[in-house]
Amino acid sequence: MKKTINKQTWGTLLWAAALLALVVILENVLDPNKNIMVFAALKKGAVYALVAVSMNLLNGFTGLFSLGQAGFMLLGAYTYAILTIPTAQRDAVYYIYNGSAVNFSLPELFGGGALGLVLGVVLALILGGCVAAAVAWLIGLPVLRLKSDYLAIATLGFGEIIRAVFQWDKLGPVTNGANALKNFPTFSNFNIQNANGETVLRLSTFTAFLLAGICVAVIVLLINSTYGRAFKAIRDDEVAAEAMGINLSRHKRLAFCISSFFAGVGGGMFAMFANQAQAKTFTTAMTYEILLIVVIGGIGSVSGSCIAAFLYVAASEWWLRFLDAETFIGGFKVPLLRNGFRMVVFSVVIMIVVLFFRTGIMGDKELPDLLKKRRKEGTK
Amino acid sequence: MSENVLKVENVTMQFGGVVAVDNLNLEVNKGEIVALIGPNGAGKTTAFNVITGVYQPTNGAVWFQGEKIVENHPQGKMRQQYKGEHAGDYTQVLAPTPDKVTRLGMARTFQNIRLWKSQTVFDNVLIAKHCRAASNVFTATFRLNRKEEAAQRENVLELLETVGLADVRNEPAASLPYGKQRRLEIARALAAEPKLLLLDEPAAGMNPQETEELTAFISEIRGRFHLTVFLIEHHMNLVMNISERIYVLDFGKLIAQGDPAAIQNDKRVIEAYLGVSGDA
Amino acid sequence: MQYAISILLSGVSLGGQYALIAIGYTMVYGILRLINFAHGDVFMVAGLMMVYLTASLPLAASIPLVLVLTVLLGFVIERAAYKPLREAPRMSVMISAIGVSYLLQNLATYITGGLPQMYPEIPGISKTITVAGVSTKWVTVITPVLVLALVLALTQLIHHTKVGMAMRAVARDFETAQLMGIKINAVISVTFVIGSFLAAVGSVLYFTNYQSIVPLSGSLPGLRAFVAAVFGGIGSIPGAVVGAFIIGLSESVIKGSSWSIFSDAFTFALLIIILVVKPTGLFGEKVTDKV
Repeated sequence: MKKTINKQTWGTLLWAAALLALVVILENVLDPNKNIMVFAALKKGAVYALVAVSMNLLNGFTGLFSLGQAGFMLLGAYTYAILTIPTAQRDAVYYIYNGSAVNFSLPELFGGGALGLVLGVVLALILGGCVAAAVAWLIGLPVLRLKSDYLAIATLGFGEIIRAVFQWDKLGPVTNGANALKNFPTFSNFNIQNANGETVLRLSTFTAFLLAGICVAVIVLLINSTYGRAFKAIRDDEVAAEAMGINLSRHKRLAFCISSFFAGVGGGMFAMFANQAQAKTFTTAMTYEILLIVVIGGIGSVSGSCIAAFLYVAASEWWLRFLDAETFIGGFKVPLLRNGFRMVVFSVVIMIVVLFFRTGIMGDKELPDLLKKRRKEGTK
Repeated sequence: MSENVLKVENVTMQFGGVVAVDNLNLEVNKGEIVALIGPNGAGKTTAFNVITGVYQPTNGAVWFQGEKIVENHPQGKMRQQYKGEHAGDYTQVLAPTPDKVTRLGMARTFQNIRLWKSQTVFDNVLIAKHCRAASNVFTATFRLNRKEEAAQRENVLELLETVGLADVRNEPAASLPYGKQRRLEIARALAAEPKLLLLDEPAAGMNPQETEELTAFISEIRGRFHLTVFLIEHHMNLVMNISERIYVLDFGKLIAQGDPAAIQNDKRVIEAYLGVSGDA
Repeated sequence: MQYAISILLSGVSLGGQYALIAIGYTMVYGILRLINFAHGDVFMVAGLMMVYLTASLPLAASIPLVLVLTVLLGFVIERAAYKPLREAPRMSVMISAIGVSYLLQNLATYITGGLPQMYPEIPGISKTITVAGVSTKWVTVITPVLVLALVLALTQLIHHTKVGMAMRAVARDFETAQLMGIKINAVISVTFVIGSFLAAVGSVLYFTNYQSIVPLSGSLPGLRAFVAAVFGGIGSIPGAVVGAFIIGLSESVIKGSSWSIFSDAFTFALLIIILVVKPTGLFGEKVTDKV
């Protein structure tokens, strides 16, 4: 039994390494200027995959229906941005408030350069996660006692409160009020340049994949540990879980904080993707988007969430773009196609999934399970 | 004198104006099998829920292995509404959550089976081991608890072999036949390593043959795991065969106690069950 | 003093408008145990319909038509998105509701091209009058009166008609009501019809106070009305009305102070506090889980 587990672990690692290698190759072979959409979709997909998995940990594995994801992403994004904007850029970014209250930058504290960048960015992302987790701990104290839909609406409300607080101009020297934070290191800073400033090796998409991959791997390890099993027990039957010695409030809080931690990290990565952090982007609509990804992928399936995240992002940012453009075939104008039509088609597709394919792409199965089953049936 | 494992002391449980359990006193001694019987609605499950921390009693205390684990007295509005006795005897408030009671060494099963239905038989039992795990979330996630995890898995497999469920360990719990689900629920409770096992109608819905098997099974696990067993049951065959002492509850009140023979001949018990006293 | 009166007036008027939306939430929750996330968007769609209908029809025709079409929309949403999920877990229905909300918003963005639409002036209620030295619109005065009249009519309906009795039965116990021969689907449809009708009325009153309407115009009033319903005790109609007036007044007070950017945050903070301190709200009933 032990051997098969090891074999599976190695297999997964191999697949992950192959995927990362493929990303590096793609990124350096395809011309990024001609394929902006492709790489934007890949990066955003990686970020959304992480956030969707973090939401799935809560909604799908612990049975806590929370809608606060965008709020926690906001906390992560702002923490990341505030800690990494270069000191020289601060006056330009915070020009309305005559400079920033925070006057250091983590990458610079680590001595700048490539090493400083990597250490600073990673530490800032982790701290972003920690801030989100700490806030989650605080609001979890009262809110986690609530049942299903009340919990959903309370966490939704929390997201709105956070958004209002971060736009408050009294906090301007820290949060830059309603204005965007920018000029911090983004994924493109990870492209390696030679002395002449020419890019020799592009690693921006790779960085997004690597970071998201590590986080998702940790979540998977957690889900398959004794704590993950306890979470599933709470999801399936709270009363029985409590009777079997599982401390409900402690484990719910744990799941909530861990989920928020990764949402925070995901928020930081979202800021890296978007090249800016602004409170008004982290709306309830964003939470809904992530929830729909979780639903499409299958509630309780990590691989489902990842696949759905890429499908969702690719479809909305790339494949369905043509729906938004007015198109003429000869002298004939194709009806319906104009700005906004993409999102309409999209929401119809989502409704179809919700109504007719309720288990989503994967149900509560994981990709390796399905492949194994296929192989077994093949040998029969 | 044998030491008592469980002692329920002057426990009254009142829901608003309704007295569900009225001044209950009972003791369960080490190694005993004790039954709590009574007509439907007599307050048996409520008594169980008080003992395991699901409900906080209105008044009274519960002792477990010589330690007071539950205590309460009427407070607030209840001070006027309280209809029981011994109101002044208790001053402390001890209200552990059910998980804490379980970790102290008391595990239970439910009247209506409450398994984690989508999980496998193996996982159902393994999850109950969680409360005995020393690992924290960090060591568990990063697999620094390999030894403990392996020991737990081995232990669970052994347990499943003992209860005769090893062959179905990879089936989802919901797919088991009813009798096996009951057995699994007991195995799950055993995995929490209890000193005292509380069984809430373990034979409910079983046919005579299954009941007989269950009777043998309970005696067997008592010996093997050095357990004390406290059970609620309606099947008189089972109760009379395995319990050493019986408590009888009617309308929340203890109306009789003693060995099976004495209970069978007790006039008040017969009345309570057959309703001779005129209320049909 | 005048300032206080004007705040009071707008608070009461806002509260009345929220009450009309909140009733829709509370009735649906009472019967289906569903937070109908799409309700705020139905309210927004009613507003947009008004914009488009008045462009080609006289007002006297377009107002009734808006009411009818909104009712139809509510009915169709229930039949298409909620009825197929009657046996599904509660979470699925809630997700479906979120999906409908998303669809309505995107559809509205598509049709309006994402541009704010001018809300028509409705003679009679858009006119200015002076109350106690404060000048305001007629709608401010009409709203509370209209709300009270509608709520009274609704309570009559619920307590003195056969449909009302069926609604109460379904709210009390879904399955037993079904076994007793109540056509629950019909009852649920009636609930959505009433809710949408009130939302349409609320929309006419609410948007009259605003210049224009955008696809997201419904979500915040919707959420505030939902908070009002929870505040009053979800499932209770008088509770929703009282809650809505409290939320409307407090919003108007905060909007008038220097803390105005926190008006939504305050509403939600209030929600969290109520849920934690008294989850059943002011008039709600207690539900306990059985072990």
